[in-house]
Amino acid sequence: MRLPAPTNPLLTSSATELAELIRNGEVSAREVTEAHLDRIAEVDEQVLAFLSVDADRAKQTADRVDAKRRNGEQLGPLAGVPLALKDIFTYQGMPTTCGSRILAGWHPPYDSTVTRRLLDADIVILGKTNMDEFAMGSSTENSGYQTTHNPLDLDRIPGGSGGGSAAALAAYQAPLAMGTDTGGSIRQPASVTGTVGIKPTYGGTSRYGVVAMASSLDTPGPCARSVLDAAVLHEVIGGWDPMDSTSINEPVPAVVAAARSGEIKGLRVGVVTELGGEGYQSGVLARYQAALRALQEQGAELTEVSCPHFDYALGAYYLIMPSEVSSNLARFDAMRYGLRIGDDGTHSAEEVTNLTRGEGFGAEVKRRIIIGTYALSSGYYDAYYGSAQKVRTLIKRDFDRAFAKLDVLVSPSSPTTAWRIGERADDPLAMYKADLCTIPANMAGNCAGSFPIGNSSDDGMPVGFQVMAPAMADDRLYRVGAALERTGLRYSGGEDAFR
Amino acid sequence: MALSITEVARLGALARISLTDAELEHLAPQLDLILEAVAEVAKVADPDIPPTSHALPLVNVFREDEVRPSLTNAQVLSAAPAVEDERFRVPRILGEEE
Amino acid sequence: MSEEIMDYAEAMASFDPVLGLEVHVELNTATKMFCGCVNQFGSAPNSNTCPVCLGLPGALPAVNAKAIESAIRIGLALNCEISGWCRFARKNYFYPDMTKNFQTSQYDEPIAFDGYVELEVEGEPFRIPIERAHMEEDAGKLVHVGGATGRIQGADYSLVDYNRAGTPLIEIVTKPVYGTGAKAPQVAKAYVAFLRDMLRDLGVSDVRMEQGSLRCDANVSLMPKGASELGIRSETKNVNSLRSIEQALNYEIRRQAAILASGGKVKQETRHWHEEGYTSPGRSKETAEDYRYFPEPDLVPIAPSREWVDELRATIPSPPDVRRQELQARWGFSELELRDAVNAGALGVIEATVAQGCPPQAARKWWLTELARRANEAHLELDELPITPAQVAELQQLVQAGTINDTIARKVIDAVLAGEGDPAQLVETRQLATVSDDDALSDAVERAIAQNADAAQKIRDGKVQAVGALIGAVMRESKGKADAAKVRELIMARLG
Repeated sequence: MRLPAPTNPLLTSSATELAELIRNGEVSAREVTEAHLDRIAEVDEQVLAFLSVDADRAKQTADRVDAKRRNGEQLGPLAGVPLALKDIFTYQGMPTTCGSRILAGWHPPYDSTVTRRLLDADIVILGKTNMDEFAMGSSTENSGYQTTHNPLDLDRIPGGSGGGSAAALAAYQAPLAMGTDTGGSIRQPASVTGTVGIKPTYGGTSRYGVVAMASSLDTPGPCARSVLDAAVLHEVIGGWDPMDSTSINEPVPAVVAAARSGEIKGLRVGVVTELGGEGYQSGVLARYQAALRALQEQGAELTEVSCPHFDYALGAYYLIMPSEVSSNLARFDAMRYGLRIGDDGTHSAEEVTNLTRGEGFGAEVKRRIIIGTYALSSGYYDAYYGSAQKVRTLIKRDFDRAFAKLDVLVSPSSPTTAWRIGERADDPLAMYKADLCTIPANMAGNCAGSFPIGNSSDDGMPVGFQVMAPAMADDRLYRVGAALERTGLRYSGGEDAFR
Repeated sequence: MALSITEVARLGALARISLTDAELEHLAPQLDLILEAVAEVAKVADPDIPPTSHALPLVNVFREDEVRPSLTNAQVLSAAPAVEDERFRVPRILGEEE
Repeated sequence: MSEEIMDYAEAMASFDPVLGLEVHVELNTATKMFCGCVNQFGSAPNSNTCPVCLGLPGALPAVNAKAIESAIRIGLALNCEISGWCRFARKNYFYPDMTKNFQTSQYDEPIAFDGYVELEVEGEPFRIPIERAHMEEDAGKLVHVGGATGRIQGADYSLVDYNRAGTPLIEIVTKPVYGTGAKAPQVAKAYVAFLRDMLRDLGVSDVRMEQGSLRCDANVSLMPKGASELGIRSETKNVNSLRSIEQALNYEIRRQAAILASGGKVKQETRHWHEEGYTSPGRSKETAEDYRYFPEPDLVPIAPSREWVDELRATIPSPPDVRRQELQARWGFSELELRDAVNAGALGVIEATVAQGCPPQAARKWWLTELARRANEAHLELDELPITPAQVAELQQLVQAGTINDTIARKVIDAVLAGEGDPAQLVETRQLATVSDDDALSDAVERAIAQNADAAQKIRDGKVQAVGALIGAVMRESKGKADAAKVRELIMARLG
């Protein structure tokens, strides 16, 4: 069974192309929106990328854009372009479940800052996409609702946690999507679906209204099929937000200009020795080497660089993240919203909380809450959480040393391509390793992105190329991404790709 | 160090998650493996290294003491599992007033 | 209900008490600690709430600059060091009055630390060492429904109002206070009274103990005389009036002394104060709480600049004792008068009454006699009485102008306290003005002489002290409204 190829050219156009067609009145926003809603109706039974779709509101927004155009009003750079929103962003009028049963049917009374900016930019939100429960996972198999399938091979995972957003792009259900990245939840799905996913600098995009997983790591970011599309979306959603105290009060880096330029002559590229080699799929390494050569051919200066403490990043991450998780998810106690189990008059509040969390949370969420509770508990704090915070310092120092001489660091985005659904379902450690390459950037707060560099020869599945840059140098990611794209490395879905 | 079933049960209670015996038996060895893998951080965490709690060196981010609109009562209470007298109704509470 | 207790003097003969006081102060900022909701007592349930203070998924805190400023000013007034760099921390525990199931607080990095307070009790000076003053947020309010008592035990269910959730709190913690001897309960009371006055002078809190904007947990332990090792302490929670602090500590000292004297061991526990005059143990916890503190990742560190701290230092009013001396000089009070006023906690209300145009001695008289008696009967502090300094000043004006006499003034006070109106208006509508009209009084005097022939004769015979009986008769007839001096004058003119 494979996905039907998209027949409507509006589906395969880029977001920036669509925006231009709409601005020029060559096509209406309504037509664009309906084409994508039709595509969702056509393929989502197989892909299962969406948890909910709001066709009525999407069409209303599109009509408003068309009316604005007719009235001669100025339209924004993405006005009328459809977008798939990860179900972690609050959006009034639709449920926000974060992929969890414990939030089934929860209608938030407020919009996230990102949602607000999308709406203000007249972007058409089609619906909310599937994800691993509370963004914990690398395959969407941890969703409390459904497992999303990789459109390029429906037997395989689309990555996670933002597998729904990445799959929606890969299946041409939307030209743009929003994700969040705590340890790789934007980049790894981008990698295994052959799309573009950017984790901006921590603090460069607002976390307000993003259901928190690990507050010191969570970063919302753009997902798209092309580098320029991601950059334009980045500019729309990025920038300072007074509602998020960790947000950076500086202008968004010039990401769109960088994506348009793609000039990398003389760019100093550090190839991280710790990220590659043993444990990496050979097809992945082959594509990676080819991409490095492509950069070199365009004038980039490649240097090997060692970041010795990256080897400890996964360990530190699986202490810091669960610790913050255990605290952030304590609010799901069945008292004010969400699921409530056992309130039959015989159980106390404490018991109702226990029962609800026992039933409402999936296995991975429980695992992480318990690890975090352990890592923070008295007597263990110094050995676990305290040590992990020190490793975080060491990772930052590795980055600082490398960036003193280099403009960007690169690595494969993930050690493997998309695996088969079920393969790692009950092997948490194997699952965690999918984020081996992506975690260091989160630990340091730096920006990073994954760009498609063709398919692996061993399984024909896409491979991702990770670029990492210093905080607030997000433009460099797009410069390198555009350079790769120029050599023909781009999303390659379509009739032949879908299997 | 091995994480016993009793210890996992204690952590479950602290985290307010009821776990069945089957879950405990399944979780304990898994958590043990994970903890063993992550414990390697202690190897490089020398005493003289300062911990990093925040990725970026921001300080003094404040908001002016200015009133912003609150939610309406309907918005506040609409998602509540139970409501009485404009308040959230919760099952009886064991223990002390905090 | 109550346990065995020892006579206080006997307890003091064998033991030295060591105090520890934790005071929670609600700041009177316009908005809450981490969101823009109104910080207000007494609103409709859950009407002052938003995604942040409701702890909704995705909501993030943003620190109120004014709360930080108040915290630093409180620290400075307590002679504390102000931290150059500190963070908020999460204190993790589950309770239905907490929307996030962690309290955003400060742990090992308080904004202010290492201070002291100096005060006097009955002429004896005491220095209270301050450990720390840190910032945190308040929780919501629970109402327990069903069961016999409306208390938490035995209730069928509970209702939660989150209006108070996120209210900025400062927690002020003393170091162990040694050397207070038998005066320990009074010192504790004086300390809290000092804090209350200081916080009011700073303008940072409403300091209404009855509304919970100033709350005190009182710890005490006993050391056998001559010992140097601290005893095991009990912590009495939420002792919510100055009087209760003194009484609760007095009780706890006597209870612990009785246990120790009989060879027992004091249990380290939380106790509850009952207004009936005793403490009772809280439910003992099987395991110690494990709050799993860690730095709050949603908020960045606070690093007050030296310039800012110096700027705020310039706004700190004189400490209460310096202020007292200034007031004594300005009002012309004797040492004794000042001390009485201080002990009654009346300086603030007297000052406010004087500010309304009342002569200082008159203000002192009203607050320390009539009003002190009523406060005492109602178990209230003077400033908790439902009468304002402006109303007292108005009352004094009526007395001074001869419109009413002291007897009527007392009735007016009762009416004001009952919430029936302002003094001038009450005198007007109830026709309480003193009768000094000669004709009306003369008639009353004639009737009194006719009805008290014996007394009248005695006066004629020169026994002037008998005049009291006639004055009394006239006053009764006028229901107290007659001007007594005038009545006397008329009687003497008629009979003398």
